[in-house]
Amino acid sequence: MKIRSQVGMVLNLDKCIGCHTCSITCKNVWTSREGMEYAWFNNVETKPGIGYPKEWENQDKWNGGWVRNRDGSINPKIGGKFRVLANIFANPDLPEIDDYYEPFDFDYQHLHTAPLGKHQPTARPRSLISGKRMEKIEWGPNWEEILGTEFKKRSVDRNFDNIQKEIYGEFENTFMMYLPRLCEHCLNPTCAAACPSGAIYKREEDGIVLIDQEKCRGWRMCVSGCPYKKIYFNWKSGKSEKCIFCYPRIEAGQPTICSETCVGRIRYLGVLLYDADRIHEVASTESEQDLYKKQLEIFLDPHDPAVIAQARKDGVPDSVIEAAQQSPVYKLAVDWQLALPLHPEYRTLPMVWYVPPLSPIQSAVDAGHVGMNGIIPDVDSLRIPVKYLANLLTAGDEAPVLLALKRLLAMRAYKRAQIVEGFDDQQILEEVGLTTLQVEDMYRYLAIANYEDRYVIPTAHREEAMSEAFAERGGCGFSFGNGCSTGESDINLFGTKKTTRRDVIQTVQMWEE
Amino acid sequence: MDINTILFGVYPYLALLVCVVGCWARYDREQYSWKAGSSQILRTRGMRLASNAFHVGILFVLAGHLVGLLTPEFIYHHVISTPNKQLLAMVSGGLFGALCFVGLTMLIVRRFTDPRVRASSSFSDLLVLVLLYIQLILGLSTIYASSQHMDGSVMVMLANWAQSLVLLQPMEAAASIAPVSLVYKLHVFLGMTLFLIFPFTRLVHIISGLAAPVKYLLRNYQIVRRKRA
Repeated sequence: MKIRSQVGMVLNLDKCIGCHTCSITCKNVWTSREGMEYAWFNNVETKPGIGYPKEWENQDKWNGGWVRNRDGSINPKIGGKFRVLANIFANPDLPEIDDYYEPFDFDYQHLHTAPLGKHQPTARPRSLISGKRMEKIEWGPNWEEILGTEFKKRSVDRNFDNIQKEIYGEFENTFMMYLPRLCEHCLNPTCAAACPSGAIYKREEDGIVLIDQEKCRGWRMCVSGCPYKKIYFNWKSGKSEKCIFCYPRIEAGQPTICSETCVGRIRYLGVLLYDADRIHEVASTESEQDLYKKQLEIFLDPHDPAVIAQARKDGVPDSVIEAAQQSPVYKLAVDWQLALPLHPEYRTLPMVWYVPPLSPIQSAVDAGHVGMNGIIPDVDSLRIPVKYLANLLTAGDEAPVLLALKRLLAMRAYKRAQIVEGFDDQQILEEVGLTTLQVEDMYRYLAIANYEDRYVIPTAHREEAMSEAFAERGGCGFSFGNGCSTGESDINLFGTKKTTRRDVIQTVQMWEE
Repeated sequence: MDINTILFGVYPYLALLVCVVGCWARYDREQYSWKAGSSQILRTRGMRLASNAFHVGILFVLAGHLVGLLTPEFIYHHVISTPNKQLLAMVSGGLFGALCFVGLTMLIVRRFTDPRVRASSSFSDLLVLVLLYIQLILGLSTIYASSQHMDGSVMVMLANWAQSLVLLQPMEAAASIAPVSLVYKLHVFLGMTLFLIFPFTRLVHIISGLAAPVKYLLRNYQIVRRKRA
């Protein structure tokens, strides 16, 4: 067993109002640069829809994620290492910028400089890539917002697989939900596996997947490898970029910017301990529908003394173990099994999980459209087809989705009975396998959702990251340009020594153990 | 020192020196600028044919030059005679050169006429393509020149030039190449110039392209880095 820690995220879709604050704050902080205008590390899609980039879930088209071979091994769907290298000159699985959208801006200055005329001046769109006039904007980052575009086009959505989807095109039967998406910081990232340069790595301390911008050579295989299409090729720098999970904030114990600014308070951040030795075994589980259950097995109980002992041995700091014990993500995903992974069938073992949306059910019940099963509405006759959610979150297995939905409903029914009628309805809890303690905790985390409950992030131990604090202290003063850089390679071109390495006076142990 | 010695005895060393030191400096100091410079995301159409044809063609031709110029006569004579080696070079170089020509023509048209690709191209991107195109056309036209003397004599002169350079004999190198006709000399000069500009252009990705497969094939699928020292 090799225990590693991961900062995971849960999004409660039941509460997402689709305001895009997460996308905008993320863009303002990380991607408001030339070459990245089209890239949204975080975006919010209206489902059903083909999403951004177009049809990202259609892996017959994009070949993202992993495939399991007949002998039980797995390799990226874009191909094994030889095929990846063979496609290095022209990647056949690379989306074009039009699959995202051609980034544009408007000639705002024209509003100031237009001569006096009969008509109000307008600011017309202009391509941010070619600088040329765009007569018509054909697509954007959120073109399908609130069921925009016709059903026929939206219904290409792969989550409609095995569903008689025609009736959902009718006005009376239509449904929608929001899906905020960001990098999944997978336990088994295909982007990293596909990188010929080995520039993409997972951090041991918090599991954040990053691209080393110095090592990236722009072979663009990661873009194809990622089934969530959450790696973006910066056409200006010629390097790939991705969501960095706001690691400078995470290291400081702060939530990511998308979480921090979420007005719906739908996001949770917390530590999960997992067994890194089992990644390969779990990712190559035979049945796609078992992947969710198997991924649950890889997470370790942070209260188990054996786990704690092993975690310490593997170098997990106590602050991280404590955070894991308080982790809202562990509660939502493992304890209560309300949160489910996004498309586990890609075999990437994603670490951004989703609580399936419930609200449309409740309103349908109120209107008398849904049958009741005791006090809990009959979840099988929901507005959002359970099969649709299952295709999204559990590779088509409806049971985990039903359990999560029933538990959410039971919590509401229980609290209603308790607060309005003053009645402790234990029967309803038994039906969904919850205890009073659990349901009270669920209420606290889902309904109240206090800041300190939602975000339990241990600060990083920067002091351990430095080889020697003494040397770092005097390493570099103020300088211009590349002044303080002593180069990237070990054999330095100009023969200078690293300023942050002390050769003469080494720090020694000052006291005896 | 006459012009021939300067161009073919001194200039090659200068070009190679700038190439090696320049690459080293860029790799050490400015790795963020070290990249393939792909523009495929801006326009995919035609890239599969164009880029593959160009790269496969030029890689074969480069390998051919390396082996052909630097293998001493007494070694390859165990396998092939001089006239036959010239014929082999002309045919295989001609085929892959033609393949490269098709790809490069498409790539040049794409880079100069597609508004997106053109707007995101730097001067050096354009320069490299044009220089490569001229170099390729010069190289292909040497096939016609060579067909006028099928005995392999010019090929031997060029090989002697290259091998003398490797053996640090610039005067002998310049003397070896002196009698060959202008088209070869232009091709050699431009070739050296490509080495000269190599570190300052996207051409550096050739090094990564040759190194990456080795590392990639040997490494695990997942790379984990730890902060702790």
